[in-house]
Amino acid sequence: MATASFRVWRGDAQGGAFADYTAEISEGMVVLDAIHRIQAEHANDLAVRWNCKAGKCGSCSAEVNGMPRLMCMTRMSELPLDKPITVEPMRAFPLIRDLVTDVSWNFRAKMKIKEFKPRKPDAPDGTWRMAQEDVDRVQEFRKCIECFLCQDVCHVIRNHQLQEDYIGPRLFVHTVALEMHPLDTENRIADLKKSQGLGYCNITKCCTKVCPESITITDNAIIPLKERVVDEFYDPLRMLARLVWPDSKPPG
Amino acid sequence: MNTTGESIASLRFGQTTRRDLWWVQTVTVLVVLSSFAAYATWAAFQGKNYYWGPYLSPFYAPEIWGSSPNAWFGPKPLWWPDWIRFSPALIILIFPLGFRLTCYYYRGAYYKSFWADPPSCTVGEPRHSYWGEAAWPLVLQNIHRYFMYPALVFIVLLSFETWKALWFTNPADGSKVFGIGVGTLILAINVVLLGGYTLGCHSLRHLVGGRIDRLSQTPFRREAYRCASCLNRGHMPWAWASLFWVAFADLYVRMCAMGIWTDWRIF
Repeated sequence: MATASFRVWRGDAQGGAFADYTAEISEGMVVLDAIHRIQAEHANDLAVRWNCKAGKCGSCSAEVNGMPRLMCMTRMSELPLDKPITVEPMRAFPLIRDLVTDVSWNFRAKMKIKEFKPRKPDAPDGTWRMAQEDVDRVQEFRKCIECFLCQDVCHVIRNHQLQEDYIGPRLFVHTVALEMHPLDTENRIADLKKSQGLGYCNITKCCTKVCPESITITDNAIIPLKERVVDEFYDPLRMLARLVWPDSKPPG
Repeated sequence: MNTTGESIASLRFGQTTRRDLWWVQTVTVLVVLSSFAAYATWAAFQGKNYYWGPYLSPFYAPEIWGSSPNAWFGPKPLWWPDWIRFSPALIILIFPLGFRLTCYYYRGAYYKSFWADPPSCTVGEPRHSYWGEAAWPLVLQNIHRYFMYPALVFIVLLSFETWKALWFTNPADGSKVFGIGVGTLILAINVVLLGGYTLGCHSLRHLVGGRIDRLSQTPFRREAYRCASCLNRGHMPWAWASLFWVAFADLYVRMCAMGIWTDWRIF
């Protein structure tokens, strides 16, 4: 059985420091197992949030060797053991204690997004008809487990703290799932430009890189939304067309 | 338990707890894009050695005005200002340059490499202020689709140049004979790579079908969207391959024109 060294962040909003620990590593272990072992053997008061241990609840988000990851989905066998493994809380969010952060801002920001507004029912019994292929496109976005790793890695939130003006990749994914929904009739494009800060995204693709559900956030969610904003606000030919035909709207 | 006194507050420029070689990609993009920009600028200002036999360098195609037999409207136009050295490439290069400069993929790449915004994911940045693409001047990136339209036309024009590269002049009687040289293949590959890059453009993908929520009702646009999405998934490799190849195609024609390389006639 191998031994691995860890540098785990210990502290709260007032301050803290990295603490060094060692833990026995066996085959099949993930970082969360190691943190639990440290908790059991060396630091009973180490705060760590977790739930499903299957990559589906999004609770154990942290930064392992500097990259945002789910601790339960990061195998010890994929990490180099020659140096201590760094485990720290998500830097983009206020620290509560040790590895636990306050992610409630994400839910408050979500409240700003206009809700799903379906068209009138297609059938007299109040039901709708949708083509499977139209729904398939938004299924990708419904895989999101709200781990907020994409929010954590986004430099607009992480480095520039523009939370007041920018909702971040997770909430762009939520918005695009509504915007592309074949039944939805709401228009969220003006909000995206004006109050939700879509223009702040400079397409680093870091959010796509860290998504544990492999959602192609940048290419399939953010850029299509940017293009819809261009349709409404930056396309000179469309501006001209709207002058001639004021009631013209994009199809769909 | 030993503790080390480090802050978890915001990171300084270049600071990170990442342990991989995060800077390799950043530096590689910086070097490759800078090298391409330097070569393309030099080649564009040369104004000579840009055609050989039936081949025309893609940096100079289409040649609207110029001294080669490929020029549409003859030599340098009268309105060209004397204080700028004339080169046929300077008239057309704004279109492919603008298309790549405003391309979503390249934007993400050069913001990291040239502006360190950020240098790489979770790496500290040099500046605190940030406007992204929400304010001047980067809000101009939103005109990408207006560079995409000419880029589509360029694929057609470069295809025509490749067609012309199949017809060699018979030195005996001056007639045109069908043939394939290494240069023909190089120009054909250039069109394929530029086509793969341009037809996978995010703006094109949006315009052909992405903006429609009920694609099932428009079968033609649904198929166009599928094709664009398929190419879009490989937009990054298409972008790099086409960038490298267009420079190589220019170099090949230039070397042949200068007599340094000999074009091998395959057929």
